[in-house]
Amino acid sequence: MSPSVRLQEMIRVIRGARTQGEERGVIQRECAAIRAQFRQADNGTRSHNLAKLLYVHMLGYPAHFGQMECVRLIASPRYNEKRVGYLGAMMLLDEKQDASLLITNSIKNDLSHSSQYVQSLALCTLGCMGSAEMCRDLAPEIDRLLRASNSYIKKKAALCAVHIVRKVPELGELFTPASRSLLSEKNHGVLHGAVVLITELCERNPDTLEQFRKAVPELVQIMKGLVMSGYSPEHNVAGISDPFLQVRILRLLRILGRNNDTASDAVNDLLAQVATNTDSSKTAGSAVLYETVLTVMDIKSESGLRVLAVNILGRFLLNNDRNIRYISMTSLQKIVQTDHNAVQRHRGTIVDCLKDQDASVKRRALELSLALVSAVNIRSLMKELLLFLSSCPPELRAHTTSGIFNAAERYAPSQRWHIDTILHVLTTAGGDVRDETVPNLIQLITTATELHCYTVHKLYRALVTDISVQSLVQVACWCIGEYGDLLLRGECEETESVQVAEDDVLDALETVLQSHMSSPATRGFALTATMKLSTRITHNVDRIRSIVSIYGSCIDVELQQRAVEYNALFKKYDHMRAAVLERMPVIDKSSPGHTNGESTGGSIKDMEPTKRTQEVVLPQEPANQVCDLLDLLGGSGEPPQPSPALSTTALGPVSSTAGGDLLDLLGGLDVTPVPPSVIVYEKNGVTLKLQTDKQTDTGMTITLTATNSTDRDITSLTLQAAVPKSVQLQMKAPSGDVIPAHGLGQVTQTVLLNNPNKVSLKMRVRVCYTSQDVVCQDTVQIDSFPSPAW
Amino acid sequence: MMHFLLLFSRQGKLRLQKWFTPIPEREKKKIVRDMTTMVLGRKPRSCNFLHWKDLKIVYKKYASLYFCCGLDAEENELLALEVLHRYVELLDKYFGNVCELDIIFNFEKAYFILDEFLLGGEVQETSKQVVSRSIEASDMLQETMEEYMSKPAF
Repeated sequence: MSPSVRLQEMIRVIRGARTQGEERGVIQRECAAIRAQFRQADNGTRSHNLAKLLYVHMLGYPAHFGQMECVRLIASPRYNEKRVGYLGAMMLLDEKQDASLLITNSIKNDLSHSSQYVQSLALCTLGCMGSAEMCRDLAPEIDRLLRASNSYIKKKAALCAVHIVRKVPELGELFTPASRSLLSEKNHGVLHGAVVLITELCERNPDTLEQFRKAVPELVQIMKGLVMSGYSPEHNVAGISDPFLQVRILRLLRILGRNNDTASDAVNDLLAQVATNTDSSKTAGSAVLYETVLTVMDIKSESGLRVLAVNILGRFLLNNDRNIRYISMTSLQKIVQTDHNAVQRHRGTIVDCLKDQDASVKRRALELSLALVSAVNIRSLMKELLLFLSSCPPELRAHTTSGIFNAAERYAPSQRWHIDTILHVLTTAGGDVRDETVPNLIQLITTATELHCYTVHKLYRALVTDISVQSLVQVACWCIGEYGDLLLRGECEETESVQVAEDDVLDALETVLQSHMSSPATRGFALTATMKLSTRITHNVDRIRSIVSIYGSCIDVELQQRAVEYNALFKKYDHMRAAVLERMPVIDKSSPGHTNGESTGGSIKDMEPTKRTQEVVLPQEPANQVCDLLDLLGGSGEPPQPSPALSTTALGPVSSTAGGDLLDLLGGLDVTPVPPSVIVYEKNGVTLKLQTDKQTDTGMTITLTATNSTDRDITSLTLQAAVPKSVQLQMKAPSGDVIPAHGLGQVTQTVLLNNPNKVSLKMRVRVCYTSQDVVCQDTVQIDSFPSPAW
Repeated sequence: MMHFLLLFSRQGKLRLQKWFTPIPEREKKKIVRDMTTMVLGRKPRSCNFLHWKDLKIVYKKYASLYFCCGLDAEENELLALEVLHRYVELLDKYFGNVCELDIIFNFEKAYFILDEFLLGGEVQETSKQVVSRSIEASDMLQETMEEYMSKPAF
């Protein structure tokens, strides 16, 4: 049987195997036979055996035992054996194998072979898998072939040189002179190889780049010849003369013209010519136009040419071919920053591409649309984006929502529009928005004070329709809690008025509370909102009370805690309830409570008195932060600003220890670092301490604190102070005039001293009080003041 | 430059693989797997360009064979489509109405044709006729009397 039939016979048998196991069996047998044949002397079948082995290798089976056979076959004098040997070398040997070095000598010999086809085998193999060492060895040979051989060899030698330069960049200098002369060749194959080689040399070496800038006129000539020439049957592809060469020349011109005015000027005309004369009805023409556009945008071309290039891209956008639409959008994306206005003109087409079937085209169109948003087109573009959001594929949703939010934030024409847009996004794709959306939206709503009525009506309606989108439900609950009174009042200028009864509102909130679709954070929002309504509605306070007390035994610890505290607000602290649940002030975006609870030491100190009672109202926390109401030091529970109503009553209830489950738990915590204080008077169980709050060059603020360790209250406490003449004194109102017994409380008074002449500060303090029905009066002199805490 | 060229069938069977960069065997197998899954998973009327790692992947389906190549990021994708098409035309000219079976049973010829058209990941000859003529001449050189006598008649 003839050897070559056996190869095809083997292929047939392998393909006929019905199972993987059968196939493996056949292959094992064949490989054994091949191995045996390799060990034998030359019998004329070696090339076929190697070919069989290569087929087996392509199926994925190991074939390394054929490597040495490749080496042997390459050294054979017969052409068919060389051919298969070189093929095997390219498939089985790569530069990492040791055996590859063994073929260097054969390649060297074959490069000088009399037959050009043998030479071509050697060149092809070297250009495909030559290692750095082999390249270094054989580079001079390649250079020789570049200069003196026929065009068939020259073109292969040129690409072989490209491979060598990629592997060993220093050898680039060796090929520079030869490559320059190759540009004058007429043969397209050689020209193409030369252009590729020059491109590679210029990319790697800036000096070579400078050198080849002089070749720009020559390249322009060649290109013009290609574009203007008539029909050439040998190189014609769909009406374009040699598109492969044209594209490579354009790319080389791009590299030469980058950042260089003279080179760029020289090619301006050519680029305009190519852009206008190339027929882009088929892919070949489009490929050339595409490369032209890339070149125009990359070099220093004149503005008219740039506009022409963008218009070409715009035309591509309307092309029926999906590939062309895709590449036009990738190119537009690259230039949208620099040539924004030019790209804006094609906004309509880009937006239409949002409706394309192909997912990659949609993605490109989305990114481009987001890049094109500006203050002028925000309304119309947003309509399109929202339409897109309702039908976009799930993998693009998160990107779309965040893009829409960014655009809305930067260019919103009005607050109402902004709120409407965000609500629209939440209703359409609320599950794909980021976590910060909820607090951001709440902050936005509070700033839009005129729209509170409109917003709460809209949110209420959304809540009644659907409670599955958590972010929307959270915002809705917060608004209803905050602005419930506006909701119940009924009239609203911006939307049609709807009569909402208190029961309806409470029903809605209760539905949220009870639904298993609501996340724990959402239920927290709902509970707090219900509580807030207790001060805003008139008839159903009892219902709220009962809701709150039910949740006092809820399994969810967070809800239970809230409910218990709200219960306490109803029972023992009913007098404080109105103040606590008052309307929130406008949230400043940069305030510490807003930015994820990062608070400085200063804010802890400022808010210390008001914090404990304010903890109860924490609706705007991001859902995933546990609102630990007792975590005074954690910072995550910080409300932004103390409510004005509370500051006057701050010190009173907090400093008294008259019961209260709430406050007892907190009594042990000492939040502020205590600044050093000095005892200036101690008598009859009365202790007067002085501490410096603030000290500047021209004054200081001090606090006098009086405590009582007797077992009866001290009454009618007054403090008077005198200072040197040039110092100004201001005493603030004392916190009280009764010091409770047993050290259970204290009286404080702040004193401000202004010392413009910077004299040494001294102070005389007179203390008057009544202790156990005896009036006492004492004077103390304070010569030195303690340093302030910081 | 082209990093690799793969031909595979609708069932994912590899018919030809040409690698223009040195890659370990295991890595090659992984790339082939990735390419076949990616390309075979595409919907019929999608665009022919993909992104994979830092390479552009251009693929085209001809009858039952997928031609898939991996390019550098700065390559022209439309031109790559033309390159793939040119290779199919060369195969067609050589085999006369080429079909997948031709490439299966004469895989080494397919490689020889490819080696006359591409070298080191770049196009070496832009004229169809010149490439065809070179292959014919090489084939002539290969034939010895012995083989001519025993060549099958198809």
